[in-house]
Amino acid sequence: MSFNPNTALIVASILLVLGLIGVLTRKNIIFMLLSVEIMLNAAGLAFVAAGAKWQQADGQVMFLFILAMAAAEVSVGLALVLQIYHQHKTLDVEELTELRDEHVNM
Amino acid sequence: MDHLLPYIPLLPLAGFLILAFAGRRLPGTVIAIIGAGSICASAAITLVLAVRFLQSPPDGGAYTQHVWQWISIGKLSVPFSLSLDALSLVFVFIITFVGALIHIYSVAFMRKDRDYARFFASMNLFVCAMLILVMADNLLLMYLGWEGVGLCSYLLIGFWYETPANSRAANKAFYITRIGDTAMAIGLFLLFKELETLNISEILSQSPAHFANDSNNITWIALLLLAGGMGKSAQLPFQTWLPDAMAGPSPVSALIHAATMVTAGVYLVARMHTVFELSPVAMTATAVVGALTLLVAGCTAVVQTDIKRILAYSTISQIGYMFLALGVGAWSAAIFHFFTHAFFKALLFLAAGVVIESLHHEHNIFKMGGLKNKMPVVFSCFLAGAAALAALPLVTAGFFSKDQILWYAWSAANGNVLLWIVALAGAFITAFYSTRLMLVVFWGEMKTQISEYPSRLMTVPLIVLAILSIVGGFIEWPHNLLHITLFSDHLQQVLPETSLKADLPPEIIFQVIAVLATFSAIWLGYYLYIKKTDLVHNWKQTPGNNAIIQFFYSGWGFDQLYHTLFVSPFLYITRINKADVIDQLYHGIARANVSMNRVLSVSQNGSLRWYVVGVLIGILFIITLQLIV
Repeated sequence: MSFNPNTALIVASILLVLGLIGVLTRKNIIFMLLSVEIMLNAAGLAFVAAGAKWQQADGQVMFLFILAMAAAEVSVGLALVLQIYHQHKTLDVEELTELRDEHVNM
Repeated sequence: MDHLLPYIPLLPLAGFLILAFAGRRLPGTVIAIIGAGSICASAAITLVLAVRFLQSPPDGGAYTQHVWQWISIGKLSVPFSLSLDALSLVFVFIITFVGALIHIYSVAFMRKDRDYARFFASMNLFVCAMLILVMADNLLLMYLGWEGVGLCSYLLIGFWYETPANSRAANKAFYITRIGDTAMAIGLFLLFKELETLNISEILSQSPAHFANDSNNITWIALLLLAGGMGKSAQLPFQTWLPDAMAGPSPVSALIHAATMVTAGVYLVARMHTVFELSPVAMTATAVVGALTLLVAGCTAVVQTDIKRILAYSTISQIGYMFLALGVGAWSAAIFHFFTHAFFKALLFLAAGVVIESLHHEHNIFKMGGLKNKMPVVFSCFLAGAAALAALPLVTAGFFSKDQILWYAWSAANGNVLLWIVALAGAFITAFYSTRLMLVVFWGEMKTQISEYPSRLMTVPLIVLAILSIVGGFIEWPHNLLHITLFSDHLQQVLPETSLKADLPPEIIFQVIAVLATFSAIWLGYYLYIKKTDLVHNWKQTPGNNAIIQFFYSGWGFDQLYHTLFVSPFLYITRINKADVIDQLYHGIARANVSMNRVLSVSQNGSLRWYVVGVLIGILFIITLQLIV
């Protein structure tokens, strides 16, 4: 079976949109973090597909970078999530609006 | 002798500087010695100069002394130079001598005041400014003295500044004289534009030729200068500040009324006599203003109850006589009336100060009374002053000067019957209110107990002034009696002789009429206030008469008139413009910024989801842009 880059890009797009919807709709920070991971993987898949199409190794190199970055991001993100839970006893983003401009009555 | 000239104004200035900067640390005696001593020293120098002047008049008719060059720009050259001629000699003499007597009196009068030094500092500066005014040889230097006098009157009228009414009176004096000052400044600009000089003698010598074919400009200049003089001399319609100026201490009133300030206008008109003679309109205006003022102020003085306000209105009316005399061209008669008026008005104010002080600061004459035997010295001095004010024939100085003015009001080339009748009516009124003042304060029963008697420092100046009020007039007798004309001879070095009409009735008729008017007024005063006191009382009961009295009492309603004409509209405008129309523009800009900030603040809501959407929209926007372009 031949590799079709277009199919891979469509799958990547679907993954990206799914991740995005996850980020936008989820209330829990951990699930938002998971959704971001999905979006990162969608981007990685797009890179790999592009690398396969032009027969270049660059796409796979970029995927390795994304992988390393995602690992670092998850560790930092999870540490932040832990801290947030310590301080606010909740992981609901709706509750965490401390950075709001005080003058605005929402 | 010329080199002594600058010291006359310089000594009071030095006194002012010392007292102003070190006065708080000096003991009272030292303050008194510096304050009164500086003026006495000036008076001594004046005496030396005056004796020399009278013995051998200097070349050119004036001592002059160039002190330094003040301003020199293009054609405008203003030296700081003083000049003393026959006219300014009279003024300098009165300012320093009467001023010195007032200062000596103040040493005792103000002794208990905690601002002793400030008082003498202001008084010294006042005298200094007035001396510069009369000794200046150019109009700009004169204007410096003119403004200095205005400043010092403000400082002294508001001397007891803790009482708000006193500060208001000081402000009023300052504002109203400012109107005249502005007119005078415009007059000076016009004069400089026409003649390109402000030197007084150059103006006087050049203006007849320059304005020979141009009566319009000279009339404007003369009228503007006249307005300046009217402001300072409290003539109609600027007279309202003077009665309120009574808020100051009594010596200040004496100084303002007798020696300085209010006579500045008379000096200005007399000094610029050539300019005025070139404009018949301005001459007539001067005479009419003087005549109206003397009548209005005289009627007001008749019904006043505050002893100092009576004297204030009488000053306005006497200065009206001087303006009348100036207006008909009787130059030396005007200055002669200034000369005698200075003595008796200073005397009356100082004596009134003593009376007020000894009666627990009582100002109302109807709460005084019966002081004749209790204070014989003050009584006899006050009697001399009041007799001079009433122009009691032959024995007082006031008679000789006022009689001259009455005569010239008819007989001078510019005079006419109407002016004479007004002046005669004024003389009758003056004699009447002088009698009323005298009788109510010193006769009758005592209504307030005397709390303290004046010290010798206060009575001696009174006695000196009383003697001068009697004998001061003997240097100038009417033409048909004795014919002594020392004063007018002296002044005719500077001022032109009064030209008379042809075919005049004999002078004696006028004198007899004037004397009859004086005596009938004195008799009327005696009849109404001693013999039939209930007559006045009953007359006052009628509402119509009471309204007349109220009208006169308020000074012919000028204060109310100005209040409705100027103060109320101004207050109305400030009220409707309370929010400040121009400010609204800037407030609008500020408000627009704030509301835009509010709109943008909405986006900073702290919700992570919104931020993500924001980032997404941003990315989509950029990508779309990339695809399209």
